[in-house]
Amino acid sequence: MKDQHAPPPVDTSSRKDEEIDPTRRRLLAMAGGAVALSLAPGVTLFARTLSAGKSAGGKAARASVRYGLLIDANQCSSGCDACVRACQRYNGLSKEDGPDNAQWIRKVTVTDPQTGFTRSFPVMCQHCAKPACVEVCPTGASFRRADGIVLVDKHRCIGCRYCLMACPYKARSFVAHDVTDQKPWAPRGKGSAEGCTLCVERVDKGGIPACVAACSSQGKKVMLFGNLHDPQSPIARRLAQYPTTTIRADLGMEPGVHYRGI
Amino acid sequence: MATLQYRVIPGRSLTYWMALSLCGLLSAVGFLSALYMRAYGHHVTGMNNQIVWGMPHVFAVFLIVAASGALNVASIASVFGRSLYKPLARLSGLLAIALLIGGLWDLVLDLGRMGHILNAVLYPNFESIFAWNIYLYTGFLVIVGFYLWLMMERRLNHHSHKIGMVAFLWRLALTTGTGSIFGFLSARSAYDSALLAPLFIIASFAFGLAVYLLVLITGFWVLGRPLGLRVVTRLKQLLTVFIAAVLYFVTVYHLTNIYMAGHRGVEAFVLLHGGVYTKLFWGGQILLGGVIPLILLLSRFGRRAGVLALASACVVLGGFAQIYVLIVGGQAYPLQMFPGMIVHSSFYDGVVHPYLPHLPETLLAVSGLGVVGLIVLLGVRLLPFLPQSLADQVVDVHGHGDKAVADQAVASSP
Repeated sequence: MKDQHAPPPVDTSSRKDEEIDPTRRRLLAMAGGAVALSLAPGVTLFARTLSAGKSAGGKAARASVRYGLLIDANQCSSGCDACVRACQRYNGLSKEDGPDNAQWIRKVTVTDPQTGFTRSFPVMCQHCAKPACVEVCPTGASFRRADGIVLVDKHRCIGCRYCLMACPYKARSFVAHDVTDQKPWAPRGKGSAEGCTLCVERVDKGGIPACVAACSSQGKKVMLFGNLHDPQSPIARRLAQYPTTTIRADLGMEPGVHYRGI
Repeated sequence: MATLQYRVIPGRSLTYWMALSLCGLLSAVGFLSALYMRAYGHHVTGMNNQIVWGMPHVFAVFLIVAASGALNVASIASVFGRSLYKPLARLSGLLAIALLIGGLWDLVLDLGRMGHILNAVLYPNFESIFAWNIYLYTGFLVIVGFYLWLMMERRLNHHSHKIGMVAFLWRLALTTGTGSIFGFLSARSAYDSALLAPLFIIASFAFGLAVYLLVLITGFWVLGRPLGLRVVTRLKQLLTVFIAAVLYFVTVYHLTNIYMAGHRGVEAFVLLHGGVYTKLFWGGQILLGGVIPLILLLSRFGRRAGVLALASACVVLGGFAQIYVLIVGGQAYPLQMFPGMIVHSSFYDGVVHPYLPHLPETLLAVSGLGVVGLIVLLGVRLLPFLPQSLADQVVDVHGHGDKAVADQAVASSP
């Protein structure tokens, strides 16, 4: 009796045609070798980086603090750019205004077309509580410290520029040139994204950002830096005292930079 | 009844070697161009802090969107059981893989720090749709590769519909993810729309099928293999429906934006006074990519393979225009930091940003096509992706024709 579970007869005529010729076999073997060679360094690097990550550490920022700024546009004069120059000088940025050059802070002039009323005031990274740049960054290179300062980890940044696309404030820049005159406290890198750091190393030492210091040295009271979470801080008291707003508050990103008079 | 056979191409003709050399040259030049951009910085390109994404991204997004669409032909065979499409399925899978790799080639080589690319795997941020897309893309390559294996291995052939379903669902997720790269950017007026994800899906159907048709018709013409009226007619009908659907979604997208007062500015920019973007929208996207191919396909000449190829070429060119208008035009229109106000600054706030693609990024962008060509040309030379004939007496029309169609992989050269 014929076995019902026996394998179907093999079509030997087509099997002969399916045999892989030696040239094709060699090509496929070479392709396999090339793939293995390409993957090997990556796998090794992966393992090394994982072990290196375990020893990484650092002093954590406090979540009880939320650093922020209050900018009084009523006090800001259109001809003054002391904050911008101080930022460039302190962080080693180019003083030229080309479309390729990074601008961590800029003076923006806003005119109401119906009334002609004009204001000029500085705009920088708004250090949002829910920053779009952090949400979209594929590697977590854009990150927000516990104290609210938003930064870029240059070692992690792959230079995709998605954060530049996502930021509603145009506060991120991409480094398109070789970097010269780098400051030890503000490392930069060609091919990575960057933005205002709120002069984090000064803040960590109890200081204030360079732009705020420059504004004060001009005898102006445009910029006020401080802890938004401390009700006794000058910035929190002022915010409770008169109406202020944030730029594009409708987007719900809860910026840490507040404005008066815009 | 003729038997359906797949055969590798001989690959000995001058045409084949010229095509292979051209694709290889394009790829090599693009790679060198990327190294040049890496060495000197992105200031050698037309991209800057205002137009952040340029030509490489236009080509990358088009190729990635077309990749998922190219797989549709295989999906129609496996998932929806339409047997006429079965002989076309292998090429569909090969093209899907080739187009995706070509797109990723453009995307990765444009990175400011491509040496850090491993960070995307080591430190994924799953809040980012970009991070999700990395897994969607690599997963797509693995799934389609497996799908192809099941299609080409006769003993496992009957399992192919299961993996075909997985591939179909995966490709929908992939295109949703790609559309959402832009749809999630609420800060930019041109992108802030949930409609972008379905628009990308329907656009992928049209772009992918158009690329597929161009490759199929050109390939069969060069190889002298017969392409019957049944296949041409079905694919023509499919392309017609897809083009009409894209036009519908584009209309709804713009009407929705016009209805919202806050988005009327960007709509006026794209539709009325956006210069090159307005011209590309009406002339490229709508006329060349939609109206002309529809007229060609609905005319009495629409069933000719040459006319179908011409219509497909129009769809591809219109598709590039569509992606260009969306990506570059969407950035050229200024960010609305202070809606309704006149804004000036040293960082070009409130002004329309110009973009002139420079040679380095254009060469990189075009090299993605070279990579696609290389993979397809080597693929059809090494493995039996192409049927020997798609003549009417060979193809089965969804089981209503002759039942005797048998897949027979013939790996040897004719």
